[in-house]
Amino acid sequence: MDVRQDVVDILSGFALFADLSTPELENIVQSFGEVYFAEGERVIRQGLTATGFYVIVEGAATISVGGKERTGLRPGDFFGEISCLLGEPPTADIIAQKALRCLVLAPGALEEFLVTNPHVMYRVLQGEARKLRTTTRWLS
Amino acid sequence: MAELTDGPFPPGRYELLVVGSGPGALQLAYSLRALGIEHAVISEDPAPGGMFRRWPIFQRMLSWTKPFAEHERGSTAYERYDWNSLLADEESSRAIMPSVMDGTSYFPSRPEMERGLVSFAERTGLKVRYGCRWEETRKLEGGDFALETTDGEYRAPTVVFAVGVAQPWRPAVLADKDVQQYGDMRPAESYRDRRVFIAGKQNSGFEIASGLLPWARQIVLASPSPAQLSVATRSLVGVRARYVQPYEDWALAGGVVILDASIESVEREGGVFHVTTKSAHEDHPRHFEVDDLIAATGFVCPLRDLPDLGVATFGQSRLPAQTPFWRSVTMDGIYFAGTIMQGSQGLRKHGIPSNSGAVQGYRYNARVLARHIAEEKFGKKRTRRSLRPDAVVPYLLAEASRGPELWHQRSYLARVVSIDASEGIADEGIQPLAHFVDDVQGPDAVAIALEANGKEDPYPNVYIRQRGAVREQRLAPADPLLDYQQDLYVRQLSSILTPILARDLTRATQ
Repeated sequence: MDVRQDVVDILSGFALFADLSTPELENIVQSFGEVYFAEGERVIRQGLTATGFYVIVEGAATISVGGKERTGLRPGDFFGEISCLLGEPPTADIIAQKALRCLVLAPGALEEFLVTNPHVMYRVLQGEARKLRTTTRWLS
Repeated sequence: MAELTDGPFPPGRYELLVVGSGPGALQLAYSLRALGIEHAVISEDPAPGGMFRRWPIFQRMLSWTKPFAEHERGSTAYERYDWNSLLADEESSRAIMPSVMDGTSYFPSRPEMERGLVSFAERTGLKVRYGCRWEETRKLEGGDFALETTDGEYRAPTVVFAVGVAQPWRPAVLADKDVQQYGDMRPAESYRDRRVFIAGKQNSGFEIASGLLPWARQIVLASPSPAQLSVATRSLVGVRARYVQPYEDWALAGGVVILDASIESVEREGGVFHVTTKSAHEDHPRHFEVDDLIAATGFVCPLRDLPDLGVATFGQSRLPAQTPFWRSVTMDGIYFAGTIMQGSQGLRKHGIPSNSGAVQGYRYNARVLARHIAEEKFGKKRTRRSLRPDAVVPYLLAEASRGPELWHQRSYLARVVSIDASEGIADEGIQPLAHFVDDVQGPDAVAIALEANGKEDPYPNVYIRQRGAVREQRLAPADPLLDYQQDLYVRQLSSILTPILARDLTRATQ
């Protein structure tokens, strides 16, 4: 079909999409946009609105809050969902650590995407639970 | 080799080389010349026009030129309504498109578009070395690029490629040589009473379906994800209104089938294609027996050997990844113009991409790029116009209301005014918004852009950069008449800027 099979193959190996069939993965590749960021480029800017929901296909990124590097992101990880879900500006910069290829969904499209793909929604919730656990450990 | 010296720009070394002669290359060449930047232009085509010498295949554009509008032809405000004319400083070369259209449609025909571009090149006296095909590229020691062409070798430290995104692409499942492709189709009447399967639900697929509506017995359009409509997204994302009729036929009449499904396999038996599809929403595959199978599965950028040289690309269209000033992110000295500029993504606010893939968007990028190259590569400083503090608010609101750059390139190009304690207040011109928000070394400044969110009318968004930190503030509510010079908006912008301007004024006079 008119989608890039190499991207479909990569997505099929991600936990986020582990429960999806090939046609469902092709649908995702076609529904999402593909974006590329050079090393050092900002993907999401702290405080600036209306970004998107990103899934890393290739490369690596860092999360930086107030100029302070916090943690890293790698293929299969996703980001931007909190800002999309709450309709608020992101609270961190996401910066490409090396050449970064992502799939991206517009913030206004995330709700429908999650509702029509409940297995992905469950995996996103698992991801949020892990983040919450990590934060709780930091605080304790 | 006498003939090589006949045309302009014979092979040799130039400080700047532009490849292409479509609207993107013409606009850039014009803008470079206006800034006094010497350069050479080569093109494999025999005349100006680029892809519009051949396409759209059904011979009418999907972007319009409104002959009569609220603003006078040739004014900058009129450019909002004229999506197809190139930009010029002299009045005689502005708003050419309405003057070459016959009045039967506000969508120019393909020949009218071609004629408009030829006319622009003639009236402005742009020189291009036509019939000179770029074939191979090398990076030389010392920094030059060497372009091997059918006329010989060109060398330049800076090269701008404006070669379009018009090379049809098809996936392996459609590899059969008898599968037709956008651009290689037969005359429409030859599809009379035939069953036609179109792979792809983007504009090219819907253009083909629209053209075949009076001829084909049945039309099936298929791709994995649902079709979007531009009138619903309120952006260029989705099928444009010109080509929506097959969608309405599907919804109301049943003469067209629109499927959200992948093509699993294609088999040929005599003159018949057996196409099997699989949908994410159905348990069983579907089988179609059709007379014609057409791939409308997208286009790629004809970059030849540039990726081997180190130019990073991405996406199905293999677009080169670019900085906010349209330079390859991986190869200094290589820039892009025309529709390839869509590879410089900008902020994509609300998920809405720039209009850099279309003439009405990239014609403004070309002027910004020309000035950037003039400054970066030729050391030519720009003239900055000083502004009085009390002129800033009305100026920015006039730009938000009538500035064509902001209108056509929402959240992508911005009008920037710098507010510097030592140098005063100055108009910095139009800049890529992504550059503005990431230029942490830049002077304190304010930028205004129009923002679209797919729901409301476009509204002004103001970005304030102070000591490297950027914050934003929108003006509200969106005005359905798009008049942002009303008191309501003057008060809002004044309250945002007065503290900054007052402080600057105080510091500047101390």
